Amino acid sequence: MSDVMIEARGLTKRYGPQRALDNASFEVRKGQIVGFLGPNGAGKSTTMKILTCFIAPSEGTAKINGHDIWENPLGVRASIGYLPESTPLYPEMLVAEYLEFMGQMRGLKGAELGKRIKKVVDETSLGEVYAKEIRALSKGYKQRVGLAQALIHEPPILILDEPMSGLDPNQAQEIRDLISDIGKSRTVLLSTHNLSEVQVTCQRVLIVSKGKLVADDTPSALTGRGRKRYVVTVTGDRGASAKDVAAKVRDAFGKLGDVDTVRETSAKGSEVTVEITAASGGDLRADIFRAALAAGAVLLELRTVGANLEQVFRDLTVAPAAAAAADDEDDDSSAADDEEDE
Amino acid sequence: MLDNTLTIAGRQFRGYFNGPVAYIVICIVLLALGFFFWTPFFLMNHASVREMFRLLGIMLAFAVPAITMGLLAEERRSGTIELLITMPVREAEVIFGKFLAAIGLLGVLLACTLPYPISVSMLGNLDWGPVFTGYLGLFLQAAAMAAIGLMCSAFTENQLVAFFVGVAICLPLAWLFGAFLPFVPTGLLTSIFEFVSFDRHTEAMTRGVIDTRDLVYFVSIAGFALMVAFRALESRRWS
Repeated sequence: MSDVMIEARGLTKRYGPQRALDNASFEVRKGQIVGFLGPNGAGKSTTMKILTCFIAPSEGTAKINGHDIWENPLGVRASIGYLPESTPLYPEMLVAEYLEFMGQMRGLKGAELGKRIKKVVDETSLGEVYAKEIRALSKGYKQRVGLAQALIHEPPILILDEPMSGLDPNQAQEIRDLISDIGKSRTVLLSTHNLSEVQVTCQRVLIVSKGKLVADDTPSALTGRGRKRYVVTVTGDRGASAKDVAAKVRDAFGKLGDVDTVRETSAKGSEVTVEITAASGGDLRADIFRAALAAGAVLLELRTVGANLEQVFRDLTVAPAAAAAADDEDDDSSAADDEEDE
Repeated sequence: MLDNTLTIAGRQFRGYFNGPVAYIVICIVLLALGFFFWTPFFLMNHASVREMFRLLGIMLAFAVPAITMGLLAEERRSGTIELLITMPVREAEVIFGKFLAAIGLLGVLLACTLPYPISVSMLGNLDWGPVFTGYLGLFLQAAAMAAIGLMCSAFTENQLVAFFVGVAICLPLAWLFGAFLPFVPTGLLTSIFEFVSFDRHTEAMTRGVIDTRDLVYFVSIAGFALMVAFRALESRRWS
């Protein structure tokens, strides 16, 4: 058997005339953490429900750990640990009771069950709340209980539907670390619309939009697709006024080949900061340095701002006309964006 | 197969007693039964609990849907059904487990009424044979109703809807059809009413007679309703 753990072939799901999922095919290999990205309603949850055999696709098929979703749904379910969206749990149960119940449902019993419960409680740091009612837990702890039940039978594959939504940044960080840890030994498919999360956690990204798979690549390759931006801070040589310098360098940078836009973002005293957006992916740093020198300016700072995943995501998931509008917006807010990038 | 069913049944059964539903239903049934049974009892001047079985049969039409309304509706509303179904279990095991939990609770409920025949036996000379078969008949009726209630619960996310539809099906079967029988012109309609009425099928058992036709009737109703519940649960895959 190959190391393809999840293999989806032409998955389509129709709800009436609407296609929630349209001919999606992808593979996930052993030991990968794959981020499943897309706007709300793009078909992420639908895909996950199909892969876990909760719903059946209208067309297409998938193999999970070698089991076909049509022929052997029980085999599929046994291979998967699943955390559905919004983490449904039984609020009236104790954490201990709940994990015991889920373990039993997975066919574990006796000493083995006890051992596994102890292990997942350690892994997910649930010791403190082990004897509490689930309804009394914070969102972060509930999420961990959800993860604990998904891990209890040590499945080769984990499918997590928005495991970090609704958590505060600290909780999200904890869950993220936990998932990275889990991902060392297992295959993880997680859906999210939080892009920074994907960049940190995932080795591969699938982007769906309107039911279609629009991208399947590593996060760095995806961001590499975007246009680079350069932030340049210059000052005039010996008392030249900021205005003069700004005009000169703007002019000089504008003449560089491969430049899309040049925009002054700030001017403090004699320092002028300019942002240059490249038209393609090539490296412009040397050209920028020479152009600044030629314009009689002193280069104080030059740094590249990689296209972020957000930009790529927007380009891929928003219709072309809307994308252009979004691009304008992006320009207006890019000063704020830069701060995030730092 | 049996393991999963029992695990589901066990969780559900304990869940009944972790929440208020079981206690409320048992209390109300016992209170109402006490009132309606003992008030005319001493006028009858006869040591029998057939009246108790008749009353219980009607009360179950409300008690059983109250017990079963949440079985699947609540799991659907809260989304826990998604985790339950994506365990390596069959839909049929989920249905049977839920059904077992409900009839387990109904068994407890019926056991709680045992002090009534015991009290009667202390007041007069009670024949225990018909009491035993009467309980059997009542339990079969309760099981058929539980299957119907479970079926109603499988179709909705709303427990109240499941309850009222369950009552709307169970009450005519348990009481209304039989009660209206004298007013229906004799013919096909009376035969149908007589055939589907629960009380017509439990009546012989309260007299101590076990008729296979009555057993088959209740088992068929339960089987049919469970099958429909199973289909309803399964249909989510295609919707």
